[in-house]
Amino acid sequence: MAPPTTIGPTIAVTLPKSPTGIQGLDEITGGGFPQGRPTLVCGGAGSGKTLLATQFLVRGALDFDEAGVFMSFEEPLHDLAQNVASLGYDLPALIAGKKLAMDYVRVERSEIEETGDYDLEALFVRLAYAIDSVGAKRVVLDTLESLFGGLSNAGILRAELRRLFGWLKDRGVTAVITGERGGAGSLTRQGLDEYVSDCVILLDHRVHDQVSTRRLRIVKYRGTSHGTNEYPFLIDASGLSVLPVTSLSLDHAAPTERISSGIGRLDTMLGGKGYYLGSSVLVTGAAGTGKSSMAAHFVDAACRHGERCLFFAFEESPRQLLRNMRSIGIDLAASVGRDVLRFEAARPTLVGLEQHLSTLHRAVREFKPTVVVLDPITSLLSVGAGSEVEALLLRMVDFLKSQGITGFFTSLTQSGVSLEQSVVGISSLMDTWLLLRDLEANGERTRGLYVIKARGLAHSNQIREFVLTDHGVDLLDVSVSAAGVLTGTARAAREAHERAAVFARQHDVDRQQRELMRKRTVLAARMAALQADLEIMDEELRRLPEQERQREALLEDERDVIARSRLADAPGNGAGESPRGDRR
Amino acid sequence: MSAAAANDPGLSFPDEATWTLRLYVAGQTAKSIEAFANLRRICDQHLAGRYTIEVIDLLERPQLASGDQILAIPTLVRRLPPPIKKIIGTLSNTERVLVGLDLKSQPQ
Repeated sequence: MAPPTTIGPTIAVTLPKSPTGIQGLDEITGGGFPQGRPTLVCGGAGSGKTLLATQFLVRGALDFDEAGVFMSFEEPLHDLAQNVASLGYDLPALIAGKKLAMDYVRVERSEIEETGDYDLEALFVRLAYAIDSVGAKRVVLDTLESLFGGLSNAGILRAELRRLFGWLKDRGVTAVITGERGGAGSLTRQGLDEYVSDCVILLDHRVHDQVSTRRLRIVKYRGTSHGTNEYPFLIDASGLSVLPVTSLSLDHAAPTERISSGIGRLDTMLGGKGYYLGSSVLVTGAAGTGKSSMAAHFVDAACRHGERCLFFAFEESPRQLLRNMRSIGIDLAASVGRDVLRFEAARPTLVGLEQHLSTLHRAVREFKPTVVVLDPITSLLSVGAGSEVEALLLRMVDFLKSQGITGFFTSLTQSGVSLEQSVVGISSLMDTWLLLRDLEANGERTRGLYVIKARGLAHSNQIREFVLTDHGVDLLDVSVSAAGVLTGTARAAREAHERAAVFARQHDVDRQQRELMRKRTVLAARMAALQADLEIMDEELRRLPEQERQREALLEDERDVIARSRLADAPGNGAGESPRGDRR
Repeated sequence: MSAAAANDPGLSFPDEATWTLRLYVAGQTAKSIEAFANLRRICDQHLAGRYTIEVIDLLERPQLASGDQILAIPTLVRRLPPPIKKIIGTLSNTERVLVGLDLKSQPQ
């Protein structure tokens, strides 16, 4: 006997389990189906019962080295093999390798006449023969209820079915029995759940707004704790997978590294370096506000930085996106060429919500990106109801965070709907929320960028004008005036006005300067003239005594000459004075 | 009884055709023995001298069960003349066995 498997980390294994190898199912069952006991899988037509059963056998044979027996009551063997060949399951090879035995039991009422007492011993014989031929540990009976259509004696059938389940337990095989979903209140049409008491799994296939979602629920699982929710599951190219990600534990790593938003000034607004690595960023805005452009900027910067980016485009084809982004100067084609950027484009309504999640999971597993962009998440609303979309986004965000992937989501806000409503309640999941808003004034529409929140970042509270140019997004300072925030041409006009004012002031200063200079020149000239006068005066002052002396000397000489001519006394001082006095 | 029932031994088969019958059983159970006895009685009455019965015990040869799509025990299979017919049970109701083997047409 195989040791108890412990795939579910938190659920204690209380009884031996046979792992199904189906992604997610082992987690919610705490390790698989009860070993050595029958499990009933019921569901409506096309709900995936046969696939689940087949996968149980194939995975058992391939992954757990447990051979299996597939007893089909509905489909001939080659049909079955064909059906699962697309999933990569090669049933004939498994049969050839003695890993699988198959038996098709055809029950056709019109070919069978019943008379007298009988039992289904031949069925047991066939089953035992198949089990023994490969040493099977796993058995699938698909769908036992077909017997009720082929045989009329329900009393015998029920007794034999009860015996069959007992017999399967005695053989110690882990059996999966599929059953058609019955009417209201009953799990299976023929009440098979009466006989199988250990584990009952219900598959459901619901259509909401023309989009189908498959769900799985464990109705009962005796002796073990199990998830009781309805778990969405998928059938895709790799088979069936259950998504048990509703039990979210908040234990993500919180890296402190930063990643640039691709817009320099936005980085500055976000505390200088951009978003946190591994955080989730939401950009909301009305139509045509530049959400995708911001996403493209971010992706472009991230790719240049060596990150791997996965871009989910729900509204534009990759080619369209590339062209549109080239028009604003962002060339993403090079990154696509280097295989660091991959686009996943699909109409949201193409598949159900769960399929989107699965696509995301698979793409992330394959491409191993560090940045994932979803543009826009609001188009998912066309696929499911608000609460479902919210749950889906929660799981997407959670998944990305658990992988340390930076998530970038854009969301279209509807005009006339309040902001809080239009972001379908996911804003609380987001670490950074940027809002692009139309600013309408003076018959013009411009865009404003707000940082509504940025957890753990010292962010700017200012509104920036958001301008799309041919070289990408530009963030401009807005003009704040008494009339409010000015953007666009109003801002440009105001700026022109301000420039004119500056020019005028400059002109004025120049003029005043010239005037003063002129005055100064005049004054200086006057000062020069005065100075000249002064100098003349000084000169005169200096020369005056000298002149006087010379005149005195001249007069003296003259007196001498006169005295001599008058034959006056010998010249002397007294003589000299008197003539002078005479002259006066 | 209808008119068809009056000439039922002949029905659509020539008298000289040999009937090949197989009876599948699983061990010597009471039901198997009863079925075999009933079969012998019916054949002796209606197909005297132109039938063979092969009894296959699936406990010994389980691989033969899928060939004839045997599910219930006991099962009587008419191999010849074609088409193949199957009757399950202890063959206790002779009338139904005859109808099942086309030895007698369906009651109207």
